[in-house]
Amino acid sequence: MRVLVTGASGMLGRATAAALSERGDEVTVLQRRPAGLPCAEVLGDVADPDAVRRATRGQDAVVHLAAKVDVVGRRREYVRANVAGTRTVLAACRAAGVGRLVHVSSPSVAHAGAALAGVGAQPADPAGARGHYARSKAVAEQEVLAADAAGLAVLVVRPHLVWGPGDTQLVGRIVDRARAGRLPLIGSGAALIDTTYVDNAAAALIAALHACGPVHGEALVVTNGEPRPVGEVLDRLCRAAGVPGPGFRVPFRAAWLAGAVIDGAWTLAGARATPPLTRFLAEQLATAHWFDQRRTRAALGWRPEVSLDEGFARLGRWYADRR
Amino acid sequence: MTAAAAADVPHGLPGLDPAWSRTLRVTDGDGVAHTWHVLDNGVTDPVGTLLCVHGNPTWSYLWRRLLTAAPPGWRVVAPDQLGMGFSERLAAPRTLPQRVADLVDLTAALGVTGPVVTVAHDWGGIISLGWALAHREQLRGVVLTNTAVAQPDHDLGPVLIRLASARALHEAVTVRTPVFVQAATRLSRPALPADVRRAFAAPYRSAARRRSVGDFVADIPFTDAHPSRPALDAIGAGMRGLDVPALLLWGPRDPVFADRYLAEIRDRLPQAELHRYEGASHLLPEDAPQYAAAIAQWVTDLGTPPAAPPAPGAPPVAGRHLWSALAERAGDPSPAVVEVGGATTSWAALHRRVEDLAAGLAAAGVRPGDRVALLVEPSADLTAAVYAVWRAGGVIVVADKGLGLGGMRRALRSAAVDHVIGGGPGLAAARLMGLPGSRIAAGPGPLVRRVTGAAHDLTELTRLGRTAASPPEMPLDADCAVLFTSGATGPAKGVVYTQRQALAQFELVRSTYSLGPEDRFVAAFAPFALLGPALGIGSAVPDIDVTRPGTLRATDLARAAAAVDATVVFASPAALRRVAATGADLTAPERTALSRVRLLMSAGAPVPATLLESVRAVLPAAEAHTPYGMTEALPVTDISAAEVEAAGPGDGVCVGRPLPGVEVRLSPLSATGQADGPLTAEPGRTGEVCVRGPHVKDRYDALWATERAASRDPGWHRTGDVGHLDDAGRLWIEGRLPHVVPTAGGVVTPVGVEQRVERLDEVSAAAVVGVGPVGAQVVVVVLVPAAPPPRGRGESMAPADADLAAAVRAAAGVDVAAVLVARRLPVDIRHASKVDRTAVAGRAAGVLAGSGAPRRPR
Repeated sequence: MRVLVTGASGMLGRATAAALSERGDEVTVLQRRPAGLPCAEVLGDVADPDAVRRATRGQDAVVHLAAKVDVVGRRREYVRANVAGTRTVLAACRAAGVGRLVHVSSPSVAHAGAALAGVGAQPADPAGARGHYARSKAVAEQEVLAADAAGLAVLVVRPHLVWGPGDTQLVGRIVDRARAGRLPLIGSGAALIDTTYVDNAAAALIAALHACGPVHGEALVVTNGEPRPVGEVLDRLCRAAGVPGPGFRVPFRAAWLAGAVIDGAWTLAGARATPPLTRFLAEQLATAHWFDQRRTRAALGWRPEVSLDEGFARLGRWYADRR
Repeated sequence: MTAAAAADVPHGLPGLDPAWSRTLRVTDGDGVAHTWHVLDNGVTDPVGTLLCVHGNPTWSYLWRRLLTAAPPGWRVVAPDQLGMGFSERLAAPRTLPQRVADLVDLTAALGVTGPVVTVAHDWGGIISLGWALAHREQLRGVVLTNTAVAQPDHDLGPVLIRLASARALHEAVTVRTPVFVQAATRLSRPALPADVRRAFAAPYRSAARRRSVGDFVADIPFTDAHPSRPALDAIGAGMRGLDVPALLLWGPRDPVFADRYLAEIRDRLPQAELHRYEGASHLLPEDAPQYAAAIAQWVTDLGTPPAAPPAPGAPPVAGRHLWSALAERAGDPSPAVVEVGGATTSWAALHRRVEDLAAGLAAAGVRPGDRVALLVEPSADLTAAVYAVWRAGGVIVVADKGLGLGGMRRALRSAAVDHVIGGGPGLAAARLMGLPGSRIAAGPGPLVRRVTGAAHDLTELTRLGRTAASPPEMPLDADCAVLFTSGATGPAKGVVYTQRQALAQFELVRSTYSLGPEDRFVAAFAPFALLGPALGIGSAVPDIDVTRPGTLRATDLARAAAAVDATVVFASPAALRRVAATGADLTAPERTALSRVRLLMSAGAPVPATLLESVRAVLPAAEAHTPYGMTEALPVTDISAAEVEAAGPGDGVCVGRPLPGVEVRLSPLSATGQADGPLTAEPGRTGEVCVRGPHVKDRYDALWATERAASRDPGWHRTGDVGHLDDAGRLWIEGRLPHVVPTAGGVVTPVGVEQRVERLDEVSAAAVVGVGPVGAQVVVVVLVPAAPPPRGRGESMAPADADLAAAVRAAAGVDVAAVLVARRLPVDIRHASKVDRTAVAGRAAGVLAGSGAPRRPR
């Protein structure tokens, strides 16, 4: 199968492209900077119609991961990357007669801040979603699902909190902070959260690529299916990296208020550095969000191969090799 | 259009499908056409029709759940009575005969042919019965919920309604203001959501639209001269001739129609099945939403020929009655019942007293089948009273005072007792509980009788009985007892036994423990204090409050054992704990008395091995046995201490093999934790434990739907326990059905996991619960660490530290999402011993949900 993977410079995109190549698929990747992967590459912005059209030509399927993932920055940057970028990909798929599109989204598109305990993939809700990232991804997901048609089968996959060796987003930031003694435990640390080991998420995307067609026009949440209290997740990540765990506790309300103040300050200042805390982060770290995986597993014929224990062990070895 | 016209039903009322609404014009007997609003599920060529009649001041909205729950093929028709709901408003009040005629006209216009089951609430009841009497050939059954069909004697009608009908108040309360309309939905328990209350009030927004609400109240015939009185009396009398199946669904907390109205209906429809929804009030269809499923089940059963009832088992010993052992030992001067520190009653005296008291009770009006509540402390009086009531053909009603006054009140009122026998405190409690029936005082002399105003006392009745006729013996299949469950899991349930079943139970106890004439026992566990006379075995009751087992010292046990030369001891683990702790105080003769005890039966729960060791120092020759069973079937299995050891650890608690004549099957669990699999004895299959045997209860009392569910495999009783059989035929109990955890990977039962976790040195107690939606739950272990106690207070929970969590996960044998610690686990109010896993689950779910986002500013 000829497959285009957009956003292959990120951890999940890279893992997905590599796994597809290993299986013998003909993979093309599209991102702004060279990804260093042994496959065909088109460099360009996902919102640039020409680059996307070039990359899409002749493909059987597209896995669309390219997105702006962050907690700071201006709304228009998110809209450009996540909404306009997705429209460009959709248009290119239709123009090139691509039959399948797997769009990578996020459970945050349906998360209005309240605890989620064992729910399935609820509809994306741009009005309720928290922060520019989630809102822009919610709009994008709605447009992708609306594009599901006879000629183009689309499937939306929402992996939740993907982590693994080489992760600069989630694991990297947590470990950096813990090393500096600046990792707080917000609230009691008991909120149950789902996470996804990167290889499982990549396998789910490949399973989605194959299921896409018979299964289409729906969104599926992907996780390891092993929810744990957030304090335990942070603690085990830190142990794997050989750094001390969360050093102090911040009451949730204080964290939320501080996050709200910092959000405002960072936005006003137009700061690009990652802030110490945001309201979104405070909610994410103090509120349950774990998911019912039954529909996902039935639809994709997929189960996570790497357990949390095995994932933490692999992460530990990766950090040990770099010490 | 004028105000009299029917109005449109607003859209978006919770639970109401707009497609059910229809209006039609029907001409009444006076030739006047009226517009009706009717909810109709529109089933064509129906198997039958449920004709649902609301009362005042509600409307057909009341029946929305029944429209949803109707069995396939059943049409549901629920009109708004004229002037009510969204039907046309009337120019003049309508009388009861007119309303019946209106309903007759309406069903004709709707083309309701074929079988009909009427369903009614409140004042709809009498109207529905009027319709029923006019359609005998079509009538398949009647269902009534919280209604009245006649004024009970000496009763001037429900106080609240009477108040509302008082001339001065009436207009203001019912029409000019929405007070009456709103009060109706305020009576609901638990309280109704605001949007549902608004839906009930929707048709009654203006005084003009409330006109008929007031007229309806005015049409209630409180006086003989009222124009609707003859019709009420005629229907009330006519219903005695309705021999169709009937179902009564009742909310006992109804301040409008109290229990005496229910008694009136049962008197007129003696064949009626009854389900009392404890906690529900007047608006039964709102307070007990499960009523709809109950009606659906009931009408479905109407169409199925009744399963042939299992042939009544042969009497365990031909010709025996519950009191036979007394008659056999009528001339025996040896002690039958010894109250240590009190009276000793010989077999001869006990027999004489029971015979006399039975005749006295009969002479005082205790008729065969009458229900007699016993509010007497364990004593010779109680023993005599129990056997005398049986001998008189009565049914004893027993509720443990551990239920508390509220629990006992609910229990005993549900049993509709005809008489109460009690000591001073018992009769005072009966008055507080508002129990019906005559009063008979127990206790010394006529003092209690005088103080409590009881009609009779036991001494007087015994004397009276010496010259009265001996009552006839009741057939073996007549009821003999209503025993209430402990109430540890919801309101206590009344369990009905027939004499045949009680006899079978006594025989099973006798054979299981090889009790013979040479045995005598000490009953340190209240229920067994009554067992001796039935088994023909002498017994002693220790000089303690047997309802407080923790007060039993080794010396008390020894004195009781010495008093009858005991060979058998019945005690609970709680009592044995104190006995073991006080063993050092025993004198040499006391030790000798206890050394003759050959059998120790611990009821309620198995004796832990460590406790057993220390008990052995006090009862050196006793073999420890524990029966497994429940109020509905006891015993089911039995296991000795040696067998517990031989079984070793496993998934659950091993309770031994089914006793001879008792069958155990499992109903396997579905992925969502429902026990819906066909019964099986296959080893290793986990399911709900089902029991069959001659000693299993006859039925639940006044709980038709509960009984229907518990005996849905005819002849079998579903216990609510979950477990499995092993290859050796032993039963293992894995938990209670509501406590199983339906995860995405399969159903997890709690007890085995709890046992494995509790074997860790760091853990003193553990509860395994599920959080999340059914079918996708995750397992959470909440534990009390051995030491040191975690921070925080009481039952608050916090995540365990990483090492403890890892140890628990390694031991659990199932995927554990979270390990929480608490200083203690919530226990049931009733026993303060069983961990309340439902409460644990609720709290754990709250903790694991996290802090939650503050409400977003709008």
